[in-house]
Amino acid sequence: MRITFDIAALKRTRWYEYGLRFLFGGAITAATGILAKHYGPVFGGLFLAFPAIFPASATLIEKHETQKKQRAGISDRTRGRKAAALDARGAAMGSLGLACFALTVWKLLGSWNAALCLFTALAIWLAVSVLIWRASRIRLGKSR
Amino acid sequence: MQLIFRFAAGGLIVSLFAVAGDILKPKSFAGLFGAAPSVALATLGLTIFADGKAYAALEARSMIAGAIAFLLYAGACARVMAKHEVRAGLATIAALALWLGCAVGSWLIFLR
Repeated sequence: MRITFDIAALKRTRWYEYGLRFLFGGAITAATGILAKHYGPVFGGLFLAFPAIFPASATLIEKHETQKKQRAGISDRTRGRKAAALDARGAAMGSLGLACFALTVWKLLGSWNAALCLFTALAIWLAVSVLIWRASRIRLGKSR
Repeated sequence: MQLIFRFAAGGLIVSLFAVAGDILKPKSFAGLFGAAPSVALATLGLTIFADGKAYAALEARSMIAGAIAFLLYAGACARVMAKHEVRAGLATIAALALWLGCAVGSWLIFLR
């Protein structure tokens, strides 16, 4: 299965949709800082893996897929919902990579250069996520 | 001032990962970016600078529990949207209670 880029997707997203995601992302990052200050880093750290923009992204995917179908004269919402479900399935796989990111930072930050540690953890998140995704495709024998 | 900086850095990094998710295909692959460590990158970078590495490492340890809660959350969202006629917005927002329950539950049982 080839991974491709659909640059036209950027045009389908409205400016306020980008703005909303910026607001959600900024708000949860600021809130995480406030929670850590009030309740300590052990509690605040939980929110580093909060699904900050996932609801907004899933809603947009459903909306865009449904609109695409409507333009083709099909008024079925099922396709949009299924596309959002596929996105959620990918996010579930990515969350295992997210746990590996956190484990890497926890174990290495004390002894490594901070920037190098965060960069390594990011590379591990991507590698683990992609490997799990590839493995799931092979297991299911899917081509789509 | 630090709060404004956190807001701006978080908004920017989260938006960048969201755009990556928008333009990538297939959808299940793009979904990986829904679980990108965007909030963590913004927060940990600033926390290391302001509070030190030991404080940030403690946050990262708790983040493992948050990520496992994310796995259950996203799995539940995928199942509900695939099997039932529930709108994505409703399913993903209602399921945030599951994430919160799992994350806070693991904090109460294992981390506190």
